[in-house]
Amino acid sequence: MTESANGRVMRFDLSAASVREVNQFLHRELPGSGIARVEIHDPDGMHSIAAGMDCAVEIDILGHGGYFVAGMNKLATITVHGNVGWSVAENIMSGSVRVQGHASECAGASGHGGLLVIEGDASSRCGISMKGCDIVVAGSVGHFSAFMAQAGNLVVCGDAGANLGDSLYEATIYVRGKIHGLGADAQEEEMQPADREFVARLLAQAGIDHDAAEFKRIASARTLYHWNADAHQEY
Amino acid sequence: MCGIVGLLLKSDAWQPDLGPLVTPMLNCMGTRGADSAGLAVFHRPLDAPDRRFSLFSGQPQFDWQTFQDDFRRDTGSRGAIRWDDSHAALISPIAVEEFAAWLRTACPGVHLVSVGRAIEIFKDEGAPEEIAARFGFAELAGTHAVGHTRMATESAVSPAHAHPYTAGEDFCIVHNGSLSNPHSIRRKLERRGISFETDNDTEAGCRFLEWRMREGDTLEQAIEASFDELDGFFTFLMATAERMVLVRDAFACKPAVVAETDVYVAVGSEFRALAHLPGIRSAQVFEPVPQQIYSWVAGEERMKGAA
Repeated sequence: MTESANGRVMRFDLSAASVREVNQFLHRELPGSGIARVEIHDPDGMHSIAAGMDCAVEIDILGHGGYFVAGMNKLATITVHGNVGWSVAENIMSGSVRVQGHASECAGASGHGGLLVIEGDASSRCGISMKGCDIVVAGSVGHFSAFMAQAGNLVVCGDAGANLGDSLYEATIYVRGKIHGLGADAQEEEMQPADREFVARLLAQAGIDHDAAEFKRIASARTLYHWNADAHQEY
Repeated sequence: MCGIVGLLLKSDAWQPDLGPLVTPMLNCMGTRGADSAGLAVFHRPLDAPDRRFSLFSGQPQFDWQTFQDDFRRDTGSRGAIRWDDSHAALISPIAVEEFAAWLRTACPGVHLVSVGRAIEIFKDEGAPEEIAARFGFAELAGTHAVGHTRMATESAVSPAHAHPYTAGEDFCIVHNGSLSNPHSIRRKLERRGISFETDNDTEAGCRFLEWRMREGDTLEQAIEASFDELDGFFTFLMATAERMVLVRDAFACKPAVVAETDVYVAVGSEFRALAHLPGIRSAQVFEPVPQQIYSWVAGEERMKGAA
């Protein structure tokens, strides 16, 4: 443990400690300890690092993470200085998670609140079933992103893969680049002043510099909300 | 869930490091499946007419010395055998059909695992650590290798159901995923005289690709054809005498990560499997996109030098 001007810093090395030991410390001893920042070294693609956080603290993961990094995050501010595997910030509740590299599939899946920022690309199913969180991707997202997303916002500064927003509920998607195809019931809608204001605010929060006027808005056409017996299963 | 790994060396100087580098990759993926495991190693190709016949006896105390003596006496062919436990590699100029016919008669309990000038396949039931130790994977040298850790989700657990699968010569495949139409593929191929050793879905995919290549397709064309013919989920990692080739199906729900440096290309189901590799922190690390065919040539540096 070291002291700095910003408070006490705890350092873990995952080549010496197990993920379970580190996470147990983060869950049990950290809250109320006065530690302001935690550094986790040598993550080497291990899974579930800093999952289940429930207190305000800064966590830096120095390297590439595996699956479920920062899952279920509440209150903590987590930065991954590398890439992450599947389902980063899965079910995020609050706080923020930032990935400085690329993210694999299902980034921010099912997230209820808080902010997830991916500085690189996110692959397929980014924001699948999101329920209120905000996701900002500086690069592009893969196919079936925001599939069945119920609430919250997905902002994509690059391109979006095929079937974007398939079976979308009340989440909103903003895309700056090319959209390689919308999914069932997703439609492009006119950007309103409120959309531009919101996107500009979210980009500023994410620390990404783009003109909000360059984004398109995708939302649900709401034609799948009610069963239509005449549709003959064709959507 | 299954685990796949692959390592291709761009430089000949690294050949002795193939086994030491790929073995921890395979062992690490034991968490994705510990029913069976296997590794295909590609050596510098033998000069014609020699071929390497990979053999599996299923018995640790098998008398390979007598096997070799019987082979030489019965067939009159030259042949040298090297063995580790239940695995052996016979190097001989004998024709493949002639060898297979002799094996069926003289030693029906010994299974012919692979044939080719470069390929050698080791596979068995059990966790990858046990199998790697049993067959001495960490001592293997070669130009490239692909490996698999299996969690069986459809057909039986047996040495023959372990991956890599092979068909023809110097071709193999490892598969994470499942095919839903292996039986119709199989019926189609059986009508063309192609026989199967197991009821496994990956074997159907493997024999389909090898059949397309025998019909004149390049591996890339065969893979393109598989997008229409094979129904199901797959990350396929394939290897030939010269190349390692990777492809994921359109839905891409089975993972893969690639890391490339000046000296190697490494593929794993998860980054964890690659984390110990030298130079990994400065490697180019990426996730292969759906339906794109990635192909790398072994000993690329040597070939550049020759050109």
